[in-house]
Amino acid sequence: MKVLKITKEDLAKGLDTLNKSFRLIGPVKDKDEEFHNFEELGQGELPDFNFRNTRLSPKSIVYPQSEKMFEYTLDSNDPEHDILIEVKKEPSPQVVVGIRPCDAKAFSLVKLNFDTPEYKDPYWLRRFEATTLLGLACHNPCSSCFCASAGSGPFNTESLDMLLVEEQGGYLAQVLTKKGEELAHTAGWTDEAGSDAQKQIDTMKEAAEKRIKSQISTDNLKNKLDMEIYEEPYWEDVSFSCINCGTCTYLCPTCWCFDVQDETCGNCGIRMRNWDSCMYPLFSLHGSGHNPRGEKLHRVRQRFMHKLKYYVDKYDSGIQCVGCGRCVNHCPVNIDIRRVCELMNRSEVCPVTTE
Amino acid sequence: MLEYTEKIREISQKLLKDSKVDMVIGFRKGTVPMMNEPTFIRNANEVGQLIWDSNCGINLANYLTGRKEKIGIVAKGCDSRNIVVHLVENKVNRDNLHIIGVPCKGMIDRRKIGVIYGEEILNVVEDGEKIVVEGDGDEKVYDKKDVLQENCAICIHRNPVIYDELVADLVEEQKDVDRYEDVRKIESMPPDEKWAYFEGLLKNCIRCYACRNACPLCYCPTCFVDESRPQWVGKSIDPVDTRTFHFLRAYHCAGRCTDCGACERVCPVGINVRAFTKKLEKDVKELYDWEIGLDPNVRPPLDVYKTQDPEDFIK
Amino acid sequence: MHNPYLPYPVRISDIITETEDRNLKTFEYVFINPEDEEKFDYQPGQFAELSIAGKGEIPIGIASSPVEKGFLKFTVNKVGLVSTHLHNMKVGDVMGVRGPLGNWYPWDKMEGKNVVIIGGGFAFTTLRSSIVYMLANREKFKEIHVIYGARTPGMLLYVDELKEWEKRDDIHMHITVDATDDPDWKYNTGFVPTITDQKAPPATTDTYAIVCGPPIMIKFTQPVLDKLKYKHDHIIMSLENRMKCGIGICGHCNIGRHLVCKDGPVFTLDQLNKMPKEY
Repeated sequence: MKVLKITKEDLAKGLDTLNKSFRLIGPVKDKDEEFHNFEELGQGELPDFNFRNTRLSPKSIVYPQSEKMFEYTLDSNDPEHDILIEVKKEPSPQVVVGIRPCDAKAFSLVKLNFDTPEYKDPYWLRRFEATTLLGLACHNPCSSCFCASAGSGPFNTESLDMLLVEEQGGYLAQVLTKKGEELAHTAGWTDEAGSDAQKQIDTMKEAAEKRIKSQISTDNLKNKLDMEIYEEPYWEDVSFSCINCGTCTYLCPTCWCFDVQDETCGNCGIRMRNWDSCMYPLFSLHGSGHNPRGEKLHRVRQRFMHKLKYYVDKYDSGIQCVGCGRCVNHCPVNIDIRRVCELMNRSEVCPVTTE
Repeated sequence: MLEYTEKIREISQKLLKDSKVDMVIGFRKGTVPMMNEPTFIRNANEVGQLIWDSNCGINLANYLTGRKEKIGIVAKGCDSRNIVVHLVENKVNRDNLHIIGVPCKGMIDRRKIGVIYGEEILNVVEDGEKIVVEGDGDEKVYDKKDVLQENCAICIHRNPVIYDELVADLVEEQKDVDRYEDVRKIESMPPDEKWAYFEGLLKNCIRCYACRNACPLCYCPTCFVDESRPQWVGKSIDPVDTRTFHFLRAYHCAGRCTDCGACERVCPVGINVRAFTKKLEKDVKELYDWEIGLDPNVRPPLDVYKTQDPEDFIK
Repeated sequence: MHNPYLPYPVRISDIITETEDRNLKTFEYVFINPEDEEKFDYQPGQFAELSIAGKGEIPIGIASSPVEKGFLKFTVNKVGLVSTHLHNMKVGDVMGVRGPLGNWYPWDKMEGKNVVIIGGGFAFTTLRSSIVYMLANREKFKEIHVIYGARTPGMLLYVDELKEWEKRDDIHMHITVDATDDPDWKYNTGFVPTITDQKAPPATTDTYAIVCGPPIMIKFTQPVLDKLKYKHDHIIMSLENRMKCGIGICGHCNIGRHLVCKDGPVFTLDQLNKMPKEY
């Protein structure tokens, strides 16, 4: 693997060049708020790397919250009336600059859902194909980050095409894929770093990993029976405070559920999909009025079982969580997945008391 | 706050031991700084989990809706006012409640502190009227009054309005508070500026409905945004639909909102949701001289019909 | 890339009101593009999404049988937004069908075996598909029993076909209604579990039961099958859950790690016993 040396100036210059042929997306500080989010960068606009992580995950770059799937007309004079027509638009090539390794890893977890042997989700896959991920290693993980024990890490390279590692005066850049190579080439980043660059990166990686204070244990999840965890008495305690909002699922980089809706205006309309959340009662409500997950306990349990047990069993690819800590920090009522994971992973259950 | 905590535990333990209640709803210590988690205690031995400090901003009245048990509930001023609303709206039976009143000195605004401190916060300690923040930067000490949630800073009902016992003596209510300075500012804007203000206000909304779901008033079995027949509101993040949701929700809370601030506190993208509800609170105050949640025996003005009502449309 | 969310355009070629309460109608469709029929290669037990532009999609079991060519048939209960709209549509109207979706009754396992079909109410649709399929491939199966019940004679689906099957000697029909005051009613009277108890053949390793019906029927039929010593891996059921995509991606219909739309809707009772009761 090639390691490049990129000065701050060269990074800015390269991004400027990339902005001419790619949609460039990077972390930007919201002008009224205290947080960063991924936004499309205008010509000459640079990403703001002075952030821990963005408030919203970058999943929407590949999987928008609302997305058009088909168009139709109801005008009976149109020979194709009432027939859904595919919107044949190739997504434009885009580069996500400064994506954190945890959020990049999330794409590989989510891909297992959208790219199956039987069915391929063309919207997600096309956009993912058109996306190049230029990551930014985390030197200063948050106190609530638990990526290292969730199968990711501050320097994890999964799903990334290139990883920038900030060092004095500039960056060391690991070129990880063919896409990454092409990106570096287009941007004009060609200076190869010295032979000890990889060693340097490894040292910084180790230091960053040591700074991660928060961790979860997942070793027992696979061996336990799903029904055994499902029937545990602690779910009432875990779910009591939940208000059934969609914050955890919408902020989560690995939550993928969606709803399909038709919206008509006059004679024309679209079929679209919108993010949905298993926290909402409507998510599982039958037409008859029966709801298999009618209680909030059922829904909270579903979310954690999905992430930490069903996914584990189904794909044998670890948990459906990258430890980004967004749900931990922004759950309005402080339901903490780390605490729930501890309960689920526990070999013998005893009541939790926090004092 | 230590004395509040001790008293809450003492009262709860007695209630549970004497089987006066089936459960006590209160707060337990959170896992991240400046966050506590609403919780319930059924066993007198576990009252040690209950705590009280300036991070108990969630409105616990929200957890009473539809419950049938006998419940002891820890209630600060705004929670108690929402319990009154619940009583008026028949959402809870007074006989099933034992209200543990907490004279409140205001809740701190974790977002505001985050912004002022600027670095990651690892621990926040309360020392009387001082808030000590420890984190990646230097330790900083703030006056609590400077870092209160905005609704707490202008609160005029800090004491519970209804309770069975108190955890401490009543506190002095804040006087000469201008509750509507911000509303007047928006009212005075020319239309295009007003439009831009509201557009900017909602631009980050992801329609997670945390504001609605944290609100004790929002207990409709099916919210209008979830109705499918007819479908009133689209489900995408089209700004028209997002605005419809916020405007209509605010109207549904007109004359009912206690300005507890839960909606704003829980918003994951920092929207000042109270900008909507406060305008309606002000209107109801000016039109009907009405303040909600003070007396369970009086019905709110938008809930009653009088033959001498001045409006023609209703006759 | 093939788009699995895109329905095949179809035209409604026939509409039959099935029941006296007029809440159940059978819709017959022909493909607008004839080549789509070939792509729509299905097995009895599978379902499809019926798609109406501007309204949405509903997952409905396929009532026609793969041995019937040239059309598809679905019997739809009027419950929600889409089904209500569909009930107001007319012959000649254009809409969409997406599928076939889900798994099917285990025809490979049931070959050479006895099959007992137990159905109630409007859950008889994929069972009709199965019966038509088995009768067309009669030599592949041993004894076939059908126990089918509805509240009243007027609530039975596919009445003409039921009568035809009654006349045959290679299928044991046990039609029943909960109650009737019709003096001409010449079939059984009684709930499906009771009739099952009386008419179902005893369990053997060579006998499979396919059970489809309302929850209350399932609840009381299961102990009867237990009494008759049917093994749980020989009892086959079809589930329903709220669905959107129908292809295992949107996440709506999961029961534990299984998605009803893709890993189901057909499960053995043995499988269901090990799953959460989230259906």
